[in-house]
Amino acid sequence: MVLKESASQTAGPYVHIGCVPSFAGLEDMYGGVDPGSVMVTGEPAGRRIAFTGAVFDGEGAPLCDALIEVWQADGQGNHGPSNGFTGWGRQPSDGGTGAFRFDTIKPGAVDGQAPHLSLWIVARGINLGLHTRAYFDDEAEANAADSVLRLAGERAGTMIARTTPEGFHMDIYLQGDNETVFLDV
Amino acid sequence: MTLPEIAPRDRDWHPPALAPAYRSSVLRAPRHAPLRFDHTASELTGPVFGQDGIGPDDADLLINYARPGETAQGARIVVHGRLLDEGGRPVPGKLIEIWQANAGGRYRHKKDGYLAPLDPNFGGCGRCVTGPDGAYAFRTVAPGPYPWPNGGNDWRPAHIHFSVFGDGFAQRLITQMYFEGDPHIPLCPIVQSIPRADAVDRLVARLDMEATVPMDIRAYRFDIVLRGRDATIFENRMEGT
Ligand SMILES: [Fe+2]
Repeated sequence: MVLKESASQTAGPYVHIGCVPSFAGLEDMYGGVDPGSVMVTGEPAGRRIAFTGAVFDGEGAPLCDALIEVWQADGQGNHGPSNGFTGWGRQPSDGGTGAFRFDTIKPGAVDGQAPHLSLWIVARGINLGLHTRAYFDDEAEANAADSVLRLAGERAGTMIARTTPEGFHMDIYLQGDNETVFLDV
Repeated sequence: MTLPEIAPRDRDWHPPALAPAYRSSVLRAPRHAPLRFDHTASELTGPVFGQDGIGPDDADLLINYARPGETAQGARIVVHGRLLDEGGRPVPGKLIEIWQANAGGRYRHKKDGYLAPLDPNFGGCGRCVTGPDGAYAFRTVAPGPYPWPNGGNDWRPAHIHFSVFGDGFAQRLITQMYFEGDPHIPLCPIVQSIPRADAVDRLVARLDMEATVPMDIRAYRFDIVLRGRDATIFENRMEGT
């Protein structure tokens, strides 16, 4: 390697201007549609789910200025855009409650791994974007065999989303007894 | 599916999660070390963006929010450079998004209440897709420094935020670009959260008189480097299997 990766810097409190401008109040920017705001663009194979959650700081307060990205396989377990599905989503946490929501499909298993969403979280106070995964609590057998969950050991449960009426929910804890497992990808 | 590997991230080169002088990091820094594992397709692949969805003025912040016939206020600048990987290879076809304060140091954001006024002709965001040689360019105004709440008399150096995609989701990066000669750079706790001076130096754009257009606009040069995709490792593996 002849060069070094550019050093990361925090996304800061105004990340929305650049990444979700309509949310930030620049309604007409980029055709009025924030990149990544729509993942399901047609009728893809697979189960439609809402993936919800919030990100909490060390005092248990939700981050109301975070930005979360999802990258995932389609219903057949393939990455990359497929019929009616982009595979990539980006959402801000709610400015008042900190809640985030992705309307997506449940991914298929990829290369022998349990089905999962890859998550990337940036915000003010986060110096290097945080990677983690969301697995699903209705995949107990596949989860038990998943190599990343096995590596995480007793903390693996922090990466498993629980079933809700609309899909799945996973809260992300930056610190504390339930600190989420973050991945050195 | 076999994909080129992505070089490991040198975490000592990046700011640590906890940088107490940057107060916001104190409650937002994970305490556990991140879990290392072998990359899978989930990390080696990532979203692909074409030119299709990109508007003709998306990379021109002088006019992309301005009233017809008007332009943003401030010192006109081009910010340009190349997106490279750690092997020095150009990274073509990748989305770069930027955002910044206006010439007075004010963001167009509901949570920014700084005294400096908004510019009705400046939104503060732009985007482009890198060319075949990894090149990118934006036109904008030089952003102003601004004060921020960090417990003292803290001012950010003038900066532009950059969000960059690579081939793989593992390469995803957000950083900030600073300007050559800015006396706030050594004073800023966010900049100085980066442990090494040479790493900071790579985030400092240089005045580029070659690309400066006489009587029109000055240029700054800023190259961005993503983690390497190591074709050599890939080829060796292939021979070994
Ligand atoms: Fe900023």
